[in-house]
Amino acid sequence: MRYKQIMMTAAGFLGIAIIVAACAQRGIPTGGDLKSGYFYSMPETQAMQWDTEANDWADFDNPGFIWVDQGAEQWDTINGEEGKSCAECHGEASSMAGVSTTYPKYNAEDGKLRALQDQITDCLVNRMKAEITKDWKWEGDLMLGMTAFVKLQSRGMPINVAIDGDAAPFYEEGKTFYNTRRGALDMSCANCHVDYPGSWARADLISNGLPNGYPTFRLKWQKFGSLHRRISGCNKNIRAEPYGRGSDEYTNLELYLASRANGVASEAPGVRR
Amino acid sequence: MAKKPRVKVSRKGGLVEIKTLISHKMETGLRKDSKTGELIPRMIINKFVCKFNGEEILSADMHSAVAANPYLAFYAKDASSGTFDFAWTDDKGNTVTASADVKA
Amino acid sequence: MSEKHITTAVLGRRQVLKGAGLGALAVVGAGLSAKDAFATPETAAAYLDKMVGSGGSEGKINLKLPEIAENGATVPITVSVDSPMSADSYVKTIHLVAEGNPNPELISFNMSPGLGKAEISTRVRLGKTQFIRAAAVMSDGSVHTGSKEIKVTIGGCGG
Repeated sequence: MRYKQIMMTAAGFLGIAIIVAACAQRGIPTGGDLKSGYFYSMPETQAMQWDTEANDWADFDNPGFIWVDQGAEQWDTINGEEGKSCAECHGEASSMAGVSTTYPKYNAEDGKLRALQDQITDCLVNRMKAEITKDWKWEGDLMLGMTAFVKLQSRGMPINVAIDGDAAPFYEEGKTFYNTRRGALDMSCANCHVDYPGSWARADLISNGLPNGYPTFRLKWQKFGSLHRRISGCNKNIRAEPYGRGSDEYTNLELYLASRANGVASEAPGVRR
Repeated sequence: MAKKPRVKVSRKGGLVEIKTLISHKMETGLRKDSKTGELIPRMIINKFVCKFNGEEILSADMHSAVAANPYLAFYAKDASSGTFDFAWTDDKGNTVTASADVKA
Repeated sequence: MSEKHITTAVLGRRQVLKGAGLGALAVVGAGLSAKDAFATPETAAAYLDKMVGSGGSEGKINLKLPEIAENGATVPITVSVDSPMSADSYVKTIHLVAEGNPNPELISFNMSPGLGKAEISTRVRLGKTQFIRAAAVMSDGSVHTGSKEIKVTIGGCGG
């Protein structure tokens, strides 16, 4: 039994090494010691996310693009009392290349840390004077679609969040959350994702817990969903009361997770098991 | 806002590769509402039809075990030019359509 | 496949055992019993027999499935049949069935010589580790069958 486990883990790492090498060859940043959840997925799940041979990112097999398409449509759609669309201020969506990789980001105007969703909400509410309908809430179809559409413009670019200066206190909060034991199982994020990546939790290969594929189409959810939804699932698993999606706690944690992923390619819209 | 079906038609190795993806929950009718305990009624896309220049080349009878957001990929013969029409019909009889042209 | 349903069905089975032990069989009255909670190799075969008639020869069908499905909710599957797909020799229908799902039927394809090759990919829900069976009816009326086992994991990190 023990032997089988060791062999499976060894095979897992060998698989990861091969795919990392293949990706690096194609110019996709794979980061340092910490690897994207992509490398902890089985080949069929990886194939569903993207076709590394294709010369554009419009991967057809990735169901997340159903939501991305909606985001793309919204980019050019006039919304709100100001009569503006996203394109009116930002121009072509390609102008967003390299933007999402710096989020979550400190915002000097309100002194808060903003996830990309917070920035989109700010645009909708303050610049466009648009109504935040159900579809524009954190886990709404349009918010997921727009977040992923903006992130798509940075797909393949390395995550690059700032953790110093004004962002430092938020980073520290996130780091503390990450290392704090919680819930009936009394476990911290680090207990799995730092202590046991590459090991099996029943049939799941524990990953480094990086956020670079979110929003992601999750096989289990059978739909597209946010990083905060995923974190909330982790918290429930260790029998801890989850925080809200978009809460300060989770946004700070997102910054800490993103800092662990600095240098790793942004993959959103991803596909995960 | 309705999500549009995604369709990709491309020439590949002397054939026409067709991929389709449509957003749908594919509610099985076997799940219970977590609050009320009542069974959630079945609501799936049960039929897919692909026609080329008006003639059916493939249809699929789908059951509740087809995954959410039904995906189908298949190959048509490479005809010089024409139109592929796609139709998805759900349990209530509602049909969503899409089409794609191939040129010589 | 909804996990809730699996849980319900499995509980149902346990209830049968427990219920029998306690003599409280009324609990089972809800209609969930081990027999009808999931398809079996027999019910899957019966469904195929109904669709294509009994018999048929093994072969000509290739089923491509992951060896292990990371999550049973979305499992890619490709079925192909050895056929020229010409006007006088083509595959008319392919039926895919599951031996361990709540219902055996997965999806059926009605095909024509307009298809360039007899190969179709889709994604299905699979409740547990089981055999997938396929039957193809050719234009000359002959029937071919094939099957493949797939392991479906229940992950440690539900989330």
